[in-house]
Amino acid sequence: MTRVLRFIAVAMLFVSLRALAVDITVLPNEQLQQRYEALTHGLRCMQCMNNSIADSPVGLASDLRRDVKEQLLAGKTDDEIRASMVKRYGNVILFTPAFNSASAWLWLMPVIGLLAGIFIAVRIVRQRRYLVEQDDSVVDGEEGSR
Amino acid sequence: MNRFVLPVVVFVALAGVLYIGVRHSPDKSTMVSALLGKPAPDFELPVLGDATRKFSSRQLAGKPWVLNVWGTWCGECRVEHEALLAIAAQKQVPLIGLSWRDDDDAAQQWLTELGNPYSIVAVDREGRTAIDFGVYGAPETFFIDATGRVLYRHVGAMTMDVWQREFASRLPKGGLQ
Repeated sequence: MTRVLRFIAVAMLFVSLRALAVDITVLPNEQLQQRYEALTHGLRCMQCMNNSIADSPVGLASDLRRDVKEQLLAGKTDDEIRASMVKRYGNVILFTPAFNSASAWLWLMPVIGLLAGIFIAVRIVRQRRYLVEQDDSVVDGEEGSR
Repeated sequence: MNRFVLPVVVFVALAGVLYIGVRHSPDKSTMVSALLGKPAPDFELPVLGDATRKFSSRQLAGKPWVLNVWGTWCGECRVEHEALLAIAAQKQVPLIGLSWRDDDDAAQQWLTELGNPYSIVAVDREGRTAIDFGVYGAPETFFIDATGRVLYRHVGAMTMDVWQREFASRLPKGGLQ
């Protein structure tokens, strides 16, 4: 029994994790492969909304992956490839939308939220400190009168 | 009293933002095509049922036409088929089918069984033309005007209601001729 288990454990070492991935595309060199993976992970599978095309098994995602691969092999830059996707599917296909006048509020919202939080926190701390000081003076006064 | 004003204002503002966000979330019916107002992509594809012929979108230059993306694997396509047949019977505008990622025999059989509303069906077996049109789920129907621009895209099953409101209304008055 332990022998069988040991055999399975050792056998599992030889299972490539890549074989379990949805996408098994291999590009001719490591550099292209890395760009391919970064690009496909950053593009939304439009059919399944919250998956990237790298993670989705649907036909449309594999068509889009093929498109990315072909553009890479044709020597296109990452920006050109993303732009070609936006041209056809709109900004929604990018998981990280570009900063422009339409998306500015989206990017600035967290900063505004943080500043508002700091502002409110500072006000509360100041108010408390003021109340505590007042409280102390009253206590002092009471003691003084004794 | 005063110290409740700010939290209430913040709450209402946040609720408003979330309400708008939920209302306009990019679901299938609200997503606007990125191609609206832009030239429709050109394509040249084999014609369903006649391997020797090619269909080029340029053949339709100068007049409005409608592109319907469908597949026999698509349930909603069966739902809209009745409406497509009724629309085709009106002979208002060429209705071009795009057989998307489908088996030709299955597509032919579908048209034989259910009737053929299309002037011509172009075969997009690899889905390249569909990608160029920004298609993300069948059925999708595009209205292309006489200057070759995409004026409207409907996602989901076509109905006579949608046809009248969004397609027929965009046709030139007094017919095509």
